[in-house]
Amino acid sequence: MTVQQSIQTKIAAALAPSHLEVVNESHMHSVPPGSESHFRVVVVSDRFEGLPLVRRHQTVNRILEGEFEDGLHALSMQTLTGAEWHDRGGRTRASPACRGGGKAD
Amino acid sequence: MDNLAADRIRQEIESNDVVLYMKGSPVFPQCGFSAAVVQVLSHLSVKFKGVDVLQDPGLRQGVKEFSNWPTIPQLYVKGEFVGGCDIVREMAESGELETFLVEKGVETEPAA
Repeated sequence: MTVQQSIQTKIAAALAPSHLEVVNESHMHSVPPGSESHFRVVVVSDRFEGLPLVRRHQTVNRILEGEFEDGLHALSMQTLTGAEWHDRGGRTRASPACRGGGKAD
Repeated sequence: MDNLAADRIRQEIESNDVVLYMKGSPVFPQCGFSAAVVQVLSHLSVKFKGVDVLQDPGLRQGVKEFSNWPTIPQLYVKGEFVGGCDIVREMAESGELETFLVEKGVETEPAA
């Protein structure tokens, strides 16, 4: 299973998201072609209801603990409830460009 | 974890109102995520201490364990962990960051 698939599967199983995007953005960074080091996820789940942003991100970080241990380097995320996603009209945010330092290890 | 790193972090976040653990320096960030947080803080004219984790592998690993947060950058305000790049950007967009900094007694002078 690729890292992308395992991120997808684990988040889907743990948070029952109504919308889930897992985008491999490694090509935007100073890592070899085909790397799976930098990802962006959009998770829309009502499990986030009532949780502050930092707790939502910690929840996702914890779900992907194994992936971080195995070399996942950067994870940009948007964590929204169904209502928040609806209010935003489904708009997502782009990740910042790489600046070359601190290669994925 | 590395006790030396933990002691250093504790001391840094206690003696500085706003500390950003980042890659590169505030003037020359070496990572887009770090640069984005520097940009937000600069826009709000927040005085902060930038700490380059690339200079110290023990610190780079230590700060992840200290805050139980797997990525860099990491922002601390008055000793409290606020979040990483996504959280800081999102709070800035909603205006929540400025409110939070004011509540914490951190002086900000947003660009006119």
